[in-house]
Amino acid sequence: MIPEIGHFALILALCVAVVQGSLPIYGAAVGNSALMAIARPAARGQFFLVLVAFGCLGYAFAEKDFSVLYVAATSNSQLPLHYRLAAIWGAHEGSLLLWTFILTVWMFAVTLFSAHLPDTMRSRILGVMGLVSMGFLLFMLTVSNPFERLIPAALDGRDLNPLLQDPGMVIHPPMLYMGYVGFSVAFAFAIAALLGGNLDAAWARWSRPWTTVAWCFLTVGIAMGSGWAYYELGWGGWWFWDPVENASFMPWLAGTALIHSLAVTDKRGGFKVWTVLLAIMAFSLSLLGTFLVRSGVLTSVHAFATDPKRGLFILVFLAVVIGGSLALYAWRAPRVGLGGSFAMVSREGMLLANNVLLVAAMGSVLLGTLYPLFLDALDLGKISVGPPYFDSVFAPLMAPAVFLMGIGPLTQWKKANLPDLAKRLRWAFGVSLVTALTLPFVMGEWTPLLSLGLLLAIWIVTTSVVGLRERLTHVDGHGLAGRLAAVPRSYWGMLVAHCGIAVFIVGVTMVKGFETESDVRMNVGETATIGGYTFRFDGTQDVVGPNYTAARGTFHVSWDGRETTILYPEKRRYPVQNQIMTEAAIDPGLLRDLYVSLGEPLEDGAWSVRLYHKPFVDWIWGGCLIMALGGVLAVSDRRYRLSWSRQEPVVPPSTRTARRKVA
Amino acid sequence: MKPRHKRFVFIGLGLLVLGVATVLVLNAFQSNLVFFFTPTQVASGEVPQGKSFRIGGMVEDGSLVRENDGLTVRFYVTDTAKSVPVTYKGILPDLFKEGKGAVAQGQLGADGTFIASEVLAKHDENYMPPEAAEALAKAKASGAQQSKSLVVPGSKKESL
Repeated sequence: MIPEIGHFALILALCVAVVQGSLPIYGAAVGNSALMAIARPAARGQFFLVLVAFGCLGYAFAEKDFSVLYVAATSNSQLPLHYRLAAIWGAHEGSLLLWTFILTVWMFAVTLFSAHLPDTMRSRILGVMGLVSMGFLLFMLTVSNPFERLIPAALDGRDLNPLLQDPGMVIHPPMLYMGYVGFSVAFAFAIAALLGGNLDAAWARWSRPWTTVAWCFLTVGIAMGSGWAYYELGWGGWWFWDPVENASFMPWLAGTALIHSLAVTDKRGGFKVWTVLLAIMAFSLSLLGTFLVRSGVLTSVHAFATDPKRGLFILVFLAVVIGGSLALYAWRAPRVGLGGSFAMVSREGMLLANNVLLVAAMGSVLLGTLYPLFLDALDLGKISVGPPYFDSVFAPLMAPAVFLMGIGPLTQWKKANLPDLAKRLRWAFGVSLVTALTLPFVMGEWTPLLSLGLLLAIWIVTTSVVGLRERLTHVDGHGLAGRLAAVPRSYWGMLVAHCGIAVFIVGVTMVKGFETESDVRMNVGETATIGGYTFRFDGTQDVVGPNYTAARGTFHVSWDGRETTILYPEKRRYPVQNQIMTEAAIDPGLLRDLYVSLGEPLEDGAWSVRLYHKPFVDWIWGGCLIMALGGVLAVSDRRYRLSWSRQEPVVPPSTRTARRKVA
Repeated sequence: MKPRHKRFVFIGLGLLVLGVATVLVLNAFQSNLVFFFTPTQVASGEVPQGKSFRIGGMVEDGSLVRENDGLTVRFYVTDTAKSVPVTYKGILPDLFKEGKGAVAQGQLGADGTFIASEVLAKHDENYMPPEAAEALAKAKASGAQQSKSLVVPGSKKESL
């Protein structure tokens, strides 16, 4: 009964989506305010209907209703409750329901925070989002229904893939989807602006916080996925340039470019056409990511679906959304205008360079991801494009972008003076260069890449300090604390996010430069030394978990004769799917991680064992979290709070004058 | 500078970045593409010498031998028509089993043994790496040898 209610709620939601996607847009075109007024209640209604469907599926999982095919396929009576609930998005059908649910959450948020938008704008935005959600609901109801019954009911479920039975997996998909789907708001804003034909600084001001919030979620989501791969797959790697990872990384790159381009449109009225294109790009890449991951074209743990009908549906949907929005763009963009002019060396110029480099990097990732698929589809042979390709293309493109990141925030809008910039930045550059060249020697090894990485990281931090100091002399306030408080939050947000990149770069550089790894055979009582740490293997015991049995190894780790920690890596066996899983044991630390994973049992209680010493690896994820924190700070800026509480649209005179067009 | 000149400079710079990116991409493609071959192709000598490539198929039943150091393993990868000896030093993935699909990346040694630097296995019980599935399907299609009861799950979506 409950699953049928969920199914019915989805059908009703589709009906609402059809209304929401047509009438308000039509109403905005002909100026009928009664039709436009439908948008808000329709969006809220859709949210509640999909919420009901989501709740019904959750209930089916909680109650172990194995007469629902999806529940039987992805859970088991022995699976603990929290993993049963996480199994809602453990496979294809449910993750689409999650996608749609999150889309309606964003729609609901738009209805709450859009009081200051003109009616036509709001109804167009909600209409476009309604159309997107219509596509997904249609997809679920035609080819991938999560409420499909299994008759007769299964006695027990097939269990969730053990790789996914992990706290990281419980939060990673919702975070990632909040990011993916969040770009739909920026996309809807862009399409609405194209439909309306007016794209001004106010438009950018409205879409900025939405884009930043989506970007924060995406950043955290990607970081969690990477962290999960690190501790769950047992190879100690944190990024594999796997197509699935690339699928989430491409929207991030486009989204990062979009955030910066929106800043120009907001402050100076420039880059308008480009910003709209980036908004379309970011959301299209999110859809492409969903397609790549969910259609089964990839060899990966994520590719659950093997039904060609689904692949075809997503492909057609993708073609309609991307093709449609690009066609609209080609038709309407010339009306939008280019925005103000600016000199080469200026804040705009720096941000343009940032955008070009980010998009070029995104393009190279896209090419490396899709090229093997194209060759395969055309039957031209099977190839794989591995990490070396991405490393050798991505790093040279990002290094100049990161270098410019230090200069950009210190450059004046419109036109900057190069000698003046050099003067302001010379000590920052000197300090960075000297530190970057000497620090590796102190640590015992010098390589060009090590120095380059450190140079970029220290450069970002020192230029941030220079920028903050200059800023402090310009704000009013009593004493240092007062002046620090007077610096706007959006500026703090930028500084923090940029420093997050620096922390990330330090992590990557140090891990690449100094990590040590060894695969060894260890008898009971034997020791192995790696990175100065001595690991003593004290044999394994059998342990029994809720839905698995495991061999648990004991490793005493010592440094200089003193015990550092005891690690318990496991080799688990999940009987339902007869699957073996390596559960690595990690001793995390600010300066290094110690990582042990069990290989295979050998004779006499000996095991093959994988040991890693990974300096600074946690800085990689720490950096991502700091970036996201920067985004949060930027969104909490005073100007957004003011504009949300005010009723009518506000365009400050400064941006109005900046809206001159160049012929 | 007139706005028109400025625009030319911008476009020029854009093209420069694009050009650099293209050079990087082509260069990286040149040296980093890894091609895939079936054991039959390896046996007939179609594979590049001294260059890394991938082979895929099934790990032959009863062929897995572990050397005394506990880390080096030898096994045969077969597409049911031909099989190739493989050696690998390191820890095998959890789902590597005899009679199941696997893909290995590495180089062909002078004695015809494939020296693997990396071994990939399927992600769960029902899933076969597409490359491995294809190797088996190809061998089956060419009729080199009728396999007894070989099921090739996952091969139907190859055409996508």
